[in-house]
Amino acid sequence: MPDTATRVLPAPPPSLAELLGPLTPHEAQVEANRCLYCFDAPCLQACPTHIDIPGFIRKIAQARPRDAAKTILSANLLGATCSRVCPVEELCEGACVLGASFKPVSIGRLQRYATDTVLHDTRPLFTLAAPTGKRIAVMGSGPAGLSCAGELAKKGHSVEVFEKSDLPGGLSTYGIVTLREPPEVALAEVELLRRMGVVVHVGRELGRNLSWDELDDQFDAVFLGLGLGRVPLLGISGDQAILDGLDLVEACKVDPASLEIGRHVVVIGAGNTAIDCATVARRLGAEVTIVYRRTEAEMTAYPHEYDFAKAEGIGFRFLTQPVAVVTDAGRVKGLECQMMELGAPDASGRREPRPVPGRTVFVEADQVFAAIGQTKPQGPAVEGLTFDRGYISVDDTFRTKRPKVFAGGDAIRSTGAASTVMAVQDGKLAARAIHGFVTQEARRG
Amino acid sequence: MADLSIDFAGIWSPNPFWLASAPPTNSGAQIHRAFEAGWGGAVWKTIGSPVLNISNRYGGLSLGGQRLLAINNIELISDRPQDVNLREIAEVKRAWPDRAVIVSVMVESTRQAWHDIVKKVEDTGADGFELNFGCPHGMSERGMGAAVGQVPEYCGQIVGWVKEVATLPVIVKLTPNVASVVPPGLAALAAGADALSLINTINSIIGLDLKSLEFAPSIGGKGGHGGFAGPAVKPVALHHLSSLMTDEKILSFKKPVSGQGGISTWQDAAEFLLLGATSLQVCTAAMHHGYRIVEDLIEGLSGWMDDHGFATIPEVTGKSLAKFSDFKDLDLGFQAVARIDAAKCIGCNLCYVACQDTAHQCIDLLRPSTGEKVEPRTWSERSNGKAIVADRPRPKVREDDCVGCRLCFNVCPVDDCITMESVASGRPSVTWDQLTKAKPELADWDGMEKYRKEVGIEIH
Repeated sequence: MPDTATRVLPAPPPSLAELLGPLTPHEAQVEANRCLYCFDAPCLQACPTHIDIPGFIRKIAQARPRDAAKTILSANLLGATCSRVCPVEELCEGACVLGASFKPVSIGRLQRYATDTVLHDTRPLFTLAAPTGKRIAVMGSGPAGLSCAGELAKKGHSVEVFEKSDLPGGLSTYGIVTLREPPEVALAEVELLRRMGVVVHVGRELGRNLSWDELDDQFDAVFLGLGLGRVPLLGISGDQAILDGLDLVEACKVDPASLEIGRHVVVIGAGNTAIDCATVARRLGAEVTIVYRRTEAEMTAYPHEYDFAKAEGIGFRFLTQPVAVVTDAGRVKGLECQMMELGAPDASGRREPRPVPGRTVFVEADQVFAAIGQTKPQGPAVEGLTFDRGYISVDDTFRTKRPKVFAGGDAIRSTGAASTVMAVQDGKLAARAIHGFVTQEARRG
Repeated sequence: MADLSIDFAGIWSPNPFWLASAPPTNSGAQIHRAFEAGWGGAVWKTIGSPVLNISNRYGGLSLGGQRLLAINNIELISDRPQDVNLREIAEVKRAWPDRAVIVSVMVESTRQAWHDIVKKVEDTGADGFELNFGCPHGMSERGMGAAVGQVPEYCGQIVGWVKEVATLPVIVKLTPNVASVVPPGLAALAAGADALSLINTINSIIGLDLKSLEFAPSIGGKGGHGGFAGPAVKPVALHHLSSLMTDEKILSFKKPVSGQGGISTWQDAAEFLLLGATSLQVCTAAMHHGYRIVEDLIEGLSGWMDDHGFATIPEVTGKSLAKFSDFKDLDLGFQAVARIDAAKCIGCNLCYVACQDTAHQCIDLLRPSTGEKVEPRTWSERSNGKAIVADRPRPKVREDDCVGCRLCFNVCPVDDCITMESVASGRPSVTWDQLTKAKPELADWDGMEKYRKEVGIEIH
């Protein structure tokens, strides 16, 4: 098992280094002192994990960042990741009462300030309950899995996490651009969980070197935090030449030397991952265009991400649907695109794009990335489960149809926007349900 | 444009703003610069008995990142050679004939010592004296400063000695470290003082260092009390000022008062004038931001006077004293209730928790969409996102239950969001004094309950 605590990942080029620097203690105090300490605060409610935000900010103001971190991590064990990747404009900061008249408290950056102080602190943060003797397996070491694992460890259960990749951390390690979160942060969070007694195995995957029989035999409950798959093929002529946007993000995280970026890059899709891909390409020197078949009104990227992309100098072509990749002697030359217009609302409630007859456009490109969503859960890990629109079905307590198996995170998010922090909350709530499940089993004897 | 000039016990000054006797008036060079900045006068840092200073001298009170809400000091009176001070006083006055130059003095309590210092100061051409009967640290241990100001007889005796030789106006600076400033003030006036000034600094321990467990500041490992000044002391100063200016005996002397204690802004200045001050002294605000603050003090005060149609400082001085009242003379029939302007409310709900936990439980949280009353922390654990703000419960006052305590008004972070509205109480307009004279039975609970029933006072 690779030792993630000491493994040093190559640093990304300066243009891809974390965008926001840490707050200095003085900056943190000044910002913390802006907080009104609202009662039953809206930020706290808007946070999917319901961190006591005014509470931790008050601790920062009183020069107790470690206590602030404890407050954060007691509600959200991935507080350091969330402080970097959360769409705070849509969540806590978007709900801050100071936003209407001036500007909200920089909750995300304060949370980062507090959690950074404990990331490498080996003193225990939590008192763990006495061992229960119950064993719980967690599939996947992304935000949902780690959150679930840590919460169960607090309750005294013996938890083992199985991660299919070489490094733990899931999306936080592989899928968030370095500009927002360097991989070291997610790896440090894994170490924090290990210090709480969570065992993390890497390179273990159901159906490859782990079987359901083993899990059923050895564990009292299983949590599936599987996440989603790679970017699916577009199903257009020449789509084999289109690169997976997630591979680009992954390379910038763990192997930045391998990054090879063209001069004219096109990114297909207009979600947050598309913007991440476009940003990486742009910062490595490419002319970048995002093509999207709908308009800016229907984009799934957050408004602040769209504004950021425009400020980076990324171009946008809306109502533009790729229909073929044009290659010459194996080299990409561009995308043949159909121009679209908006019709009646479709199943997603957004106006459906439809072709404008006879109007096509050729978009020049020597490299094309797709970021049009991820493939839904599949394979041996989801054997025996039921699905809702392709996502794993769970009940109100995150139980699947398979006995003693629970699930959470992006793999169950059949509606609405998926995010790291919601996965963390899934893991937390599922852990509560699993705790109830295994302790009731024990009482039944 | 209002005329800000004052005649204070015969001392003319182009505006009422004087630098108080303190570090800002330590030397001629400093006062030259202060006068260039526009100060109307300066009270020279106390000269008198020889001293040795120590370091660290100042402690600061911060709150929420705001520095110097107050300062605490243990610096003594001027440690510069007396002849240097006297020479520079003369130079400054020669260079600035249109500014008030007053010299603060403090010497040991003998007639001869006071006579000597008075004569030396008279020779400089300065405009007047301020007798320092207030310094609460160091000098008081040597029987000077507050040790004099706390004993009316001593005040009277020393003022008497000074007046035996002084030809210039004599101002007596009082200490606030007394139950009432009236007896020492009266003693000073009775002995011939031409004016009073207040307040000097307040006894204080500014804090402790939680690492070393020593006093902060630490003077070689030890510390103690020092004089407390700055914005936080203003309410104490206003109280002492009003107690002087509402005392019939004090008023009978018809002598002016120089007000000081936390004046930082033109608003503070206006308040001191309204409660009876004629000249205004400033120290901590200048120590925090420099002499330049005087521009703003002058401009702000002048603008406010213009807005109110006040043409001169004497028109403002004492203007609000007629509204001063003892508790026993306040109207028990007056009723105010809090009202929250929903359009201005930002939903911090600090008024709710303050009322709920520490006042009279008369603010409810109502859900905007339904108007129903909701308990705090009843939202779903599965709710999230900024959209929750739209239906976030908002505070509303149950006016029938509101006692009008005004806590919520003070807690609300938004200006003019919570207002105190006076409403008809249905109770007779009567003061405690009038009521208890007419109904002595109110001294007992039985009588009190009967009266409450009669006028409809229900305490819940």
